[in-house]
Amino acid sequence: MSVVLGGFFWFLAVVAVAAGVAVFRVDSMARATYALALSFVSVGVMLLLFDLEYIGVITILMMVMEMAIMAIFMIMFMGMNPALMPMSMVHSKRGSMVLAGGAFVVLAGGALLVPWPARRGVPATDLTQSLGEAIMGSKMLVMLTVSPVLFATLVAALVLASPRGRYDRFGDDLRISPPRGPEQKDGQL
Amino acid sequence: MTLDAVLVVSAALFCVGLYGALSQQVVVMVMMGLELMLNGVILAVAGLWWFLAPAPDGQVLLLVVIAAMTVEMAMGFAVATLLHRSRESDMTDTATDLSG
Repeated sequence: MSVVLGGFFWFLAVVAVAAGVAVFRVDSMARATYALALSFVSVGVMLLLFDLEYIGVITILMMVMEMAIMAIFMIMFMGMNPALMPMSMVHSKRGSMVLAGGAFVVLAGGALLVPWPARRGVPATDLTQSLGEAIMGSKMLVMLTVSPVLFATLVAALVLASPRGRYDRFGDDLRISPPRGPEQKDGQL
Repeated sequence: MTLDAVLVVSAALFCVGLYGALSQQVVVMVMMGLELMLNGVILAVAGLWWFLAPAPDGQVLLLVVIAAMTVEMAMGFAVATLLHRSRESDMTDTATDLSG
């Protein structure tokens, strides 16, 4: 059983890394999006191998949706059908490759050379339940911190993405009354 | 399936993402690189949790990483939208106002 699991893990690992490489190798943004989604799904399934059902499923669902949104953004910004348009928009390719390769040597070397300690403790019988109990109990402060951060993100993202801010409506000194409508240009009262 | 193997795979994912984040010119592609890096982090945290200390704390850390991913995505799209609106471009090279 462990041999089968090990083989399956390596299969997923190869798919995840190959799909990750494909993100920056394929000649269209839409294909890059699908490749990234495949990489995330592979990692999500790997999480399921660690019995992390809840987090594994969340990762798969969230990332598949996220990549679908990303494809829409790409089509929107590129103003064309990105699946049909070959493109290569890179800079500092050589330097980036050297840095990434160096980082891999350091990280993989550390992973292989560090004498990892033996496992302490055993997983809970129901991992999802234990996670829920941790969130609602001893680790509630973490979630209380994450919640306002997510809310602030929502507000900040809306402010950044909004086409008309308060300076557009009330002028540079915020004193124009009544505020400008969307049809009025800058300088018009 | 060992901890070493999991960490090597996660390092590979992280470094592929690092290459993308450093080399790509389109903002959305840079975001893809960052996502790939966080993908590697998720796998590494899960592996460390499973092989070293499978207490619920590690799962909470994973949730925090996933939340960080969400924040990165939302802010990235918002900045890309702003950039596209103000400069008619989605390239990082047109957004170097703050570079030293």
